[in-house]
Amino acid sequence: MTPGNGAIMAKAQGEQPLGPFNANAFEGPSIRKKREVPDGLWMRCPECESMLYRKVVVENLDICPECSCHFRVNARRRIAQLADPDSFEELFADVAPCDPLDFKWLGQSYADRLRKEQVKTGNTEAVLTGIGYIKGRRAAFGVMDGDFLMGSMGSVLGEKITLLIERATQDKLPLVIVCMSGGARMHEGALSLMQMAKTSAALARFDDAGGLFISLLTDPTTGGTTASFAMLGDVIIAEPGALIGFAGQRVIANTIKAELPEGFQRAEFLLEHGFIDMIVPRKDLRSEIARLIDYTQKN
Amino acid sequence: MAKVGNTNGDSGNHLPFEREIAGLHKQITALEASQVETGRNYFSEIHQLRATYVSLLRTTYQNLTPWQMVQVARHPKRPQSRDYINLIVRDFMELHGDRRFADDKAICCGLGRIGGEKLLLVAQQKGRDTKEKIACNFGCAHPEGYRKALRTMELAQKFGLPVVALIDTAGAYPGIGSEERGVAEAIARNMLEMSRLKTPIVVIVIGEGGSGGALGIGVGDRIAIMEHAYYSVISPEGCASILWRTGEKAADAAEAMRITPRHLKSLDIVDDIVPEPLGGAHRNPAEAANNLERYIVRTLRDLSRKPVDDLTGRRYERWRRMGRFTHITQNAEAQVLAAAPQ
Repeated sequence: MTPGNGAIMAKAQGEQPLGPFNANAFEGPSIRKKREVPDGLWMRCPECESMLYRKVVVENLDICPECSCHFRVNARRRIAQLADPDSFEELFADVAPCDPLDFKWLGQSYADRLRKEQVKTGNTEAVLTGIGYIKGRRAAFGVMDGDFLMGSMGSVLGEKITLLIERATQDKLPLVIVCMSGGARMHEGALSLMQMAKTSAALARFDDAGGLFISLLTDPTTGGTTASFAMLGDVIIAEPGALIGFAGQRVIANTIKAELPEGFQRAEFLLEHGFIDMIVPRKDLRSEIARLIDYTQKN
Repeated sequence: MAKVGNTNGDSGNHLPFEREIAGLHKQITALEASQVETGRNYFSEIHQLRATYVSLLRTTYQNLTPWQMVQVARHPKRPQSRDYINLIVRDFMELHGDRRFADDKAICCGLGRIGGEKLLLVAQQKGRDTKEKIACNFGCAHPEGYRKALRTMELAQKFGLPVVALIDTAGAYPGIGSEERGVAEAIARNMLEMSRLKTPIVVIVIGEGGSGGALGIGVGDRIAIMEHAYYSVISPEGCASILWRTGEKAADAAEAMRITPRHLKSLDIVDDIVPEPLGGAHRNPAEAANNLERYIVRTLRDLSRKPVDDLTGRRYERWRRMGRFTHITQNAEAQVLAAAPQ
C-alpha cells in the first residue's frame, strides 16, 4: 500500500457519520462509500477498484477513466467544471449560519460543528450561489456542497437558494441548481423543514415570471432537498448512477422488512419511472445545459 | 358514528408520566362506586380528591416536557381528523382519488361547512381501530394522497372555497411504491402550488406534524398547532438514532429540536396555538373540537376580508421570513477562508 493510500484509509475510518436527515444516503448501503479523496497522488476507484493517478482523475472531471464512475465533487470544483473559466461571481456569501436552537448532543454543539465544517471546507455554508456564464450564456448558479454537513439544508441554504431564485426572477436569468444533499438539517429543527416551503414558494414566483429552472441532481440528492426545489425543475437532469430519493434506503428496508431492488433510487430508476428528463454524463453537462437555455430563450 | 375517546375523564390509556394522576382517578372512581353500593356519603373526600386531581392534571400538562408532548400527540385516544369532521363539519361530502393512480385513505379530502362557511377540508387520518389503521396506512400517505389533496385544492380554488388542512402524520410513507411514484415530487409540487393558490388556506397541526409528509399539505396563510401537538423536521426517534446512535435517546432529541408549540411560535414557524381541554384533547374531544371550530371560523373570517392577490402576496411574505441566520462581514469570511486548507 502506498503511503498516500494509507492516509486515505485512515481518514475514511476516522471520519464520523454526521447528522442530517438521511445520513444513510451518504454512508451506504451503496457500495460506493467514499468518493472524494483529497490527499495523495493515487486513489482507488470505489466502483471498479482500479488504482488511479489522482491528477488524471481531476483532469477527467472527477470521473473514473476506467469505469466512468462519477465521483462526488465539491461546490468550488463543480463551478470550475460547469461555468466558463473565471466567470462565476459569488453572491450572498455574507449570509451565515447561527445556532438558533442552541442544539447540543453527546457533548457536542452545533455551533462548534459549524465552525469545524467551515474550516474544513473553506465555505461558510453548504451552498455557493452566484451568477456566471455557461458557454457564453449568463445564468444564476446554486451549487450545493456535500462536504459541508452533507449538503444538508438549514436556514442559510434555504435563504441563499431563495435569494438566488429572486435574483434570477428579477434579472430574467436561467437558473441552474446543482443538488447534492442528505436532506434537511436536524440541528435547526423545524426551521430547516420550512426552507422546503420557502424555496418552493420562490420557485412558484419564478415560474409565474416565465423563468427556466434546470435542476441538476448529483449523488446523493435525498430527503427534504429532493422533496422541494430538486424535483421542481422545468427540466430535471441527473448524473449517471446518482442516488436520488426521499426516504433513506435503510429506513425503507426497515419499514418494509425486505431487501431493496437492485438499482433502487438510482438516476436510471428515476428515469424509468418518469421523474427526471434525462441522464447526462458530466462531460456533456455544459453543452446540454447551454442547448436547453437556447431552446427556451426567445430567438 | 364518531368513536371519540372517553369524554368525561380518564379511564384507561394512561401515559407513563401520568401514574399519579391515574392513581387519583382510580381512588375517585372507587369511592364513587362504593357510595352507590353502600349508600354512604363520601362527598367531601371525593371533592378533595377531585381538587387534587384537577390541580395535578393542570400542573402536569402545563409543564409537559417535549417528549411527553410527543406522547400526548400520539395518544391512542387523541381525536383524529375523522372525529373532528364528525364533531364540527356539517354536510360533509368526501371526494376520492387522485385521478392518476389510487385513492389514498391516509389523506381525506371533502367539501363541508364549518360554522356555516363552505370550505374544502384536506385532512390526514391515522385510523382508530386496526382495520381503519391499515386502510389509512397509519396516517402515512403515499404520493397519490398528496396528489388527491392538490387536485381537490385546485377544485376549491376554481369555486372560491377556502381550504382547511388538518395535519396528523408521522411522515410520508417510506416504501418502494412511494418512491417509484415520486413522493418527493408530489410533496414539492404541493408546496409550490399551495404557495400560490388563489384562495385562503388555514393549516392546523392537530397531532403529529411529521416532517415533509406534514408540510406537503402544510403551506398556507395561517398555521396553527394544537396545544399538545408537535411539528418536527424528523421524528425524535430518527434524530436520536442518527445523532445519539440510539433511538432510545428520543427524549433528548425531542428536547434539542424544540418541537413544542411554544418553541415553534417563538421561532415564527406557527402563528397560533389552539388551546386544548384540561389534560389534553383525548380527555374531552368535544371541547377540543369546539376550540378548533372557533379558531377556524375566526381565522377564515379574517382571511376572507382580504383581496385574493393581496392574500397570496402576504402568504409569500410569511413563508419568505422562515429561518434564522446572521450576516457576516467580509473580514470574518476571509478568516474562514484563511483557516481552510488550500
